[in-house]
Amino acid sequence: MSFKSPLEGIDEKFEMIQILNEDGEIVNEDAMPDLSDEDLVEIMRRMVYTRVLDQRSIALNRQGRLGFYAPTAGQEASQIGSHFALEKEDFLLPAYRDVPQLIWHGLPLYQAFLFSRGHFHGNQMPEDVNAVSPQIIIGAQITQAAGVALGLKRRGKPNVAITYTGDGGASQGDFYEGINFAGAYQAPAIFVVQNNQFAISVPVEKQSAANTIAQKAAAVGVPGFLVDGMDVFAVYQVVKEARERAVNGDGPTLIETMTYRYGPHTMAGDDPTRYRSEDMNDKWEKRDPLVRFRKFLEGKDLWSEEKENEVIETAKEEIKAAIKKADGHDKQKVTDLISIMYEELPSNLKEQMEEYKEKESK
Amino acid sequence: MMDIKMEDQKTQTKTTQSLTMVQAINDALKTMLEQDETTILLGEDIGKNGGVFRATEGLQEQFGEDRVIDTPLSESGIVGTSIGLAVNGFKPVCEMQFMGFIYPAYDQIMTHASRLRMKTMGHYSVPMVIRAPYGAGIRAPEIHSDSMESIFTHMPGVKVVCPATPKDAKGLLIAAIEDPDPVIFMEPMRSYRAQREEVPTEKYQLPIGKGEKIKEGDDVTIITWGAMLSVAKQAAEQAESQGIGCDVLDLKTLYPLDRNLIAESVQKTGRAVIVHEAHQTGGLSQDILSVINDTSFLYLRAPIERVTGFDVPVPFFALEDHYLPTAKRVLSSIEKAVHF
Ligand SMILES: Cc1ncc(C[n+]2csc(CCOP(=O)(O)OP(=O)(O)O)c2C)c(N)n1
Ligand SMILES: [Mg+2]
Repeated sequence: MSFKSPLEGIDEKFEMIQILNEDGEIVNEDAMPDLSDEDLVEIMRRMVYTRVLDQRSIALNRQGRLGFYAPTAGQEASQIGSHFALEKEDFLLPAYRDVPQLIWHGLPLYQAFLFSRGHFHGNQMPEDVNAVSPQIIIGAQITQAAGVALGLKRRGKPNVAITYTGDGGASQGDFYEGINFAGAYQAPAIFVVQNNQFAISVPVEKQSAANTIAQKAAAVGVPGFLVDGMDVFAVYQVVKEARERAVNGDGPTLIETMTYRYGPHTMAGDDPTRYRSEDMNDKWEKRDPLVRFRKFLEGKDLWSEEKENEVIETAKEEIKAAIKKADGHDKQKVTDLISIMYEELPSNLKEQMEEYKEKESK
Repeated sequence: MMDIKMEDQKTQTKTTQSLTMVQAINDALKTMLEQDETTILLGEDIGKNGGVFRATEGLQEQFGEDRVIDTPLSESGIVGTSIGLAVNGFKPVCEMQFMGFIYPAYDQIMTHASRLRMKTMGHYSVPMVIRAPYGAGIRAPEIHSDSMESIFTHMPGVKVVCPATPKDAKGLLIAAIEDPDPVIFMEPMRSYRAQREEVPTEKYQLPIGKGEKIKEGDDVTIITWGAMLSVAKQAAEQAESQGIGCDVLDLKTLYPLDRNLIAESVQKTGRAVIVHEAHQTGGLSQDILSVINDTSFLYLRAPIERVTGFDVPVPFFALEDHYLPTAKRVLSSIEKAVHF
């Protein structure tokens, strides 16, 4: 005899969850999140603001006024929807593309710009912001999230640790180790994989033989959900429920959001036309998270062009002010870096400091 | 002086082409893919995208997805599978997108690639090359600019190679691929497109373990490699205009070191300035200091100078200019040694 592969039928278990379709219609009434009109408007405001921030950041980068920047347009529902389901005290461990979540968690814009410029003040979270700065090393934040979550559990906090990675990130050893540890500890962690279909140029199909990233959770005994990442309701609701389970002691959740980045990988010379077709871009742009949510809100008379323009203008002004503030911030010198290496400076660094001070004074 | 070993001795009419370093690397990989079907390339974005620096541009198209593999995003996976392929008779050449991303693979290199020959008494070996763009100077973000050769030169069982010019890059990369043991091949990314040079179109090897005297002078020896070679040469020219003659040594291989080259020169000049962009403490300059101590101590006329990066992580963007050794810093060390 031959045994049946346990993979048979697995796809049905990981069907994509959608609440709001491309046309702005509710297709899953039962799953509708419980959100007030103010909440709905606030979610839209944040998504529009984030889109503007992306456009301005790209422009500022091209003018040489920003350094490292990873475009976010297309991923607003994944980013804003997942973040909106959190509480202020929850702990964020973002990847380099997740600057918007950090900003909505309380990181001042000018600090986000300083981060982009490589100034360490950009990594210095305000006292009331529970977060670490964006991770460059793919996957490293995932095991750390398990630890933050374990700490929250040990201290009896009704909070979660949430971490983000991409479809490529789900191939790192750290990814498996992180979700497995959190599962073993039943720690209150939420792992969001924003599957934007590419890791730089490599399509998600080349990352794994698994049809979904969500199903990888099953291997470590953790629930995994595949969500329409262009649908802010679906993302919000799945994260909300994951959060509830986590604070109730029911352990971590893995969430895969199906999304797309419209722009290049980063602003450092990536050319997406080398690996993506116009057809594919068009297909995904038709699923745009802002377009469908705008339609939904307009149908409820909660949004208008006028309102949107107001948000756009405010965003532009705030961005301008934040860039000015970042420009005015003290430049960092090598001696500043040496001085923050240890609590107490070892003698070799003291010597190097002296050598350098001489140079900087010239 | 350049001892280029031509594979085909009969073709005396050697043709060359003008290439940048990144093109020369591409040419070396192409040559090996053409001439040795056990050569196989692995890495993130190396296929369709041709690598983020375009070092593998066009190779997947020419040699197919089975020989130029876009891997899943996992450095430990890339190096581990390369070890497996090597044990199975292949010559894997894998790319770390930046040297700063090699750390997740460190265990595979340190604990396995470096020891397999010894612990199996030669039954298995790991003829693998790990290509790793390294170093500062291209305004990259955090962790992209590391220069961590000394964690590999400290590791018995691997060789560490670092070319400074297009011609050396091709000859040394071919030698590394044909070498029967694991080689960490460090590519100075800020030199990728800095210079063009006539590079032989044929297959040729340059010897691993051999450095070269790039410039001749009597008063002081400057020892360096990779991206710092051009900085050292600049400083040497400035010193010469003050009447100080410099021997400039390009080590090219960092493990094993070309001890004779260092000893002969220092015994002549009696002075040495070592230049590297890695952090000072534990940097390769300390091994070079020991070579001089072991071979040339009684010839020294001045303490040995070191011009290195500082003991801080390489800073990002413009601040890297203050971290990296400059010709000015090298010159002042040359003067210090000469006027001791
Ligand atoms: C350990 C490590 N390896 C390689 C890289 C280089 N790199 C930066 S982003 C990236 C692709 C990441 O893709 P994905 O996880 O899907 O996230 P996305 O950029 O699509 O949001 C790679 C290979 C890195 N930053 N860290
Ligand atoms: Mg991706």
